[in-house]
Amino acid sequence: MKILYGMQRPDEGEIKVDGSPVTFHTPGDAISHGIGMVHQHFMLADNLTVLENVILGSEPRRGGVAVDFRAARKKIKEISDAYGLAIEPDLPVEELGVGARQRVEILKVLYRGARILILDEPTAVLVPQEVDELFDNLRGLVREGLTILFISHKLDEVLRVADAITVIRRGTTVATVDPKDVTARRLAELMVGSELPSPETRESTVTDVVALAVRDLTVRTAAGRTIVDGATFEIRKGEVLGIAGVEGNGQAELVEAIMGMRAGSTGTITLAGEDISQWSTLKRREAGIGYIPEDRHRHGLLLESPLWENRILGHQTRRPNSKGVWVDRAGARADTRRIVDAYDVRTPGIEVDAAALSGGNQQKLIVGREMSGDPVLLIASHPTRGVDVGAQAAIWDHLRTARAAGLAVLLISADLDELIGLSDSLKVILRGRIVADIDPTSVTPERLGSAMTGAGEGA
Amino acid sequence: MSTFLDRLLGRVKLGGWLALVAPLLAILFAVVITSIVLLATGKPPLETFNALAQYGSQPRTMAVIVNTGTEYYISALAVAIGFRMNLFNIGVDGQYRLAAVVAAGVGGAALLPGVLNIILIVVVAVVVGALWAAIAGLLRVTRGVSEVISTIMLNSIATGIGSWLVTNYFGVLKGNELATKEIPQDSRVPGMALIPGTQLQVTGFVVVAIILGIAYYVLLNRTRFGFELRATGQSESAAIASGISVKKMIVVTMVVSGVVAGLIGMPELLGASYKYSTNFPTGLGFTGIAIALLGRNNAVGMAIGALLWSFLDNSSDTLQLLDISKEIVAIMQGVIVLSVIIAYELVHRYRIVAEQRRVSRELATPQQAEGAAA
Repeated sequence: MKILYGMQRPDEGEIKVDGSPVTFHTPGDAISHGIGMVHQHFMLADNLTVLENVILGSEPRRGGVAVDFRAARKKIKEISDAYGLAIEPDLPVEELGVGARQRVEILKVLYRGARILILDEPTAVLVPQEVDELFDNLRGLVREGLTILFISHKLDEVLRVADAITVIRRGTTVATVDPKDVTARRLAELMVGSELPSPETRESTVTDVVALAVRDLTVRTAAGRTIVDGATFEIRKGEVLGIAGVEGNGQAELVEAIMGMRAGSTGTITLAGEDISQWSTLKRREAGIGYIPEDRHRHGLLLESPLWENRILGHQTRRPNSKGVWVDRAGARADTRRIVDAYDVRTPGIEVDAAALSGGNQQKLIVGREMSGDPVLLIASHPTRGVDVGAQAAIWDHLRTARAAGLAVLLISADLDELIGLSDSLKVILRGRIVADIDPTSVTPERLGSAMTGAGEGA
Repeated sequence: MSTFLDRLLGRVKLGGWLALVAPLLAILFAVVITSIVLLATGKPPLETFNALAQYGSQPRTMAVIVNTGTEYYISALAVAIGFRMNLFNIGVDGQYRLAAVVAAGVGGAALLPGVLNIILIVVVAVVVGALWAAIAGLLRVTRGVSEVISTIMLNSIATGIGSWLVTNYFGVLKGNELATKEIPQDSRVPGMALIPGTQLQVTGFVVVAIILGIAYYVLLNRTRFGFELRATGQSESAAIASGISVKKMIVVTMVVSGVVAGLIGMPELLGASYKYSTNFPTGLGFTGIAIALLGRNNAVGMAIGALLWSFLDNSSDTLQLLDISKEIVAIMQGVIVLSVIIAYELVHRYRIVAEQRRVSRELATPQQAEGAAA
């Protein structure tokens, strides 16, 4: 995919657009051949308007220097109307919801004349209703003669939206199938190569011992806006508590407050009976909080450092990584090897940079790291986001094993199947408030989705 | 061009020697550019380089090169500590000059005898350097003032305070030169006759510089503090999530940088002029920035960079014999720094891509490989 978009060059093979072979050196080359990409993580400047974001980098000129906003606005309107994207060019992006932002991303590539769209995990951040809207948009685009490359881990979505499906595993094409002749199960088997991983947890391992208790946790921004509003919950040893919610409803801030990374939070946080509300992040980590961050590149890894240095990160004060003021290089290396083996991190060695691993392997390394040192509580934010199915199954397995061993897990995820399958109890967060308790054994993704958007009552 | 680079480097195995490719490329590039400049001004490049090399290899010049290089190196170390954390301590210049003034004043007063006085002088210099640097660190963490801005301003303030101190407190008028009182004979650091064929001794601080270089390496690579410093430099967000107090790191790193900066003026003060006057070398802090860039913040790289820089500085005089402006050396130095930055950037990007390829190749061939999900 990166190759198709000109971000990486192929070692061999060729790409043909409309029958003629092409080579891409930069994304610019790809765009000029009509290939546009919508990234999994939106690449929009929040403080600019939709219009400014769309034209950024290819501004229409007037008289050589001035930006011709009028022409741009007209063109955006035209595209938006033609494909039914319903986009207001003059709203600042920060006021848009996730679905609308995604449409802006799509419009951005259409504006650059793309006829072939690459969508990378476009539904990862959407609730079911938004997914439906997106699919309607996509069908509209296809009707207008565009080609869409839809990359996803979610089989049902692929089945719903695609006209042809190609399964890629470990970098090679496994099969190309017609969605009409294939079941989700068969497709999943093709992807995994064996059995379909199911997120179902087996018997309950919930104990009576409270590991984490959060009371009236409130987080405000510097500007005084309340992002998390009086969150109260408990997690027992051996329990997975899932937090469901549309992204941007305070989950990230809730996690950061529990980790002590965020100033301006009030309320009490008790870990294994001790009030840790005033503790530093380091002290909380040392007390046994493991943290799988939502954005592993920003918060979880030193991309340009070797794996064994990444093993130290977040555990720099503890054995086997350090002795007093010294880094224990031998200890850290040995333990990194242990993680690589135990968590099946596919890497040629522990001296390679973290950036060289695929997302799934990076994530397995992080999971292995955060599970080490006997954590009391594990905060897992989107633990399997952007991870291939094999790694996903492995990570789920590790979470289940740790839970059975008495770990308390706070699970935040946008993958509703994951949430429902792994959680012992579920809470829904909406606009910073915990609005509903849900029994994961009896809820469907659709019902949860409506609770998350505030449209219906929680089950 | 990048496809060329791919072809040029794409088939080579990644090894430690790749680290040598970049500086060599850079120096080659600098030589080419300088030759062009020389040719454009009608001077023969080969003869020029030859003259530089001839002059630079004379014993006396070599001793001078080592002596100046020592100061350059300490300065580069001070700058590099900040650089490794993305902290731009532009104020090394002010820190070492202020430290030298105060240390010279205290040392000249001869409060303590002999070696004790040396220790006192060094401690004073280190403390002054640290405190002066700490101001910028504290401003950054409490008020969010960019350390670049504050240290540049603190440089000017240091100049002012320095001359005020000399004029009003430490200064003694000797002839028409106003300087601090000379440090007594028994509190001077002796030189070493390391280079045969010249009377000129190599400063004793060369030992200190080497120790500092080793300490720099150990601090950054073997200690927890160094790990936290590098982690913060690589990714502040990851550092915060890992429980590293970035604010504390900023202040401490500025202080450590200032401590080293305080030592920059010591070879001159304790080993050469024994006083602070208007002739005291200035601008070493800025040279340090260039050398830290040149040596890529690497202890050995900076040592080589400091010697190269010092060689160019000290050999430039001979160019006048050939009727070539000595400023050609300044051009050369500038070009070297720029080309080092560019060359490293290219090699660095190449390395990341090459490593990703290597990993996927190694995983693809022997066993079953992981599909590149993204």
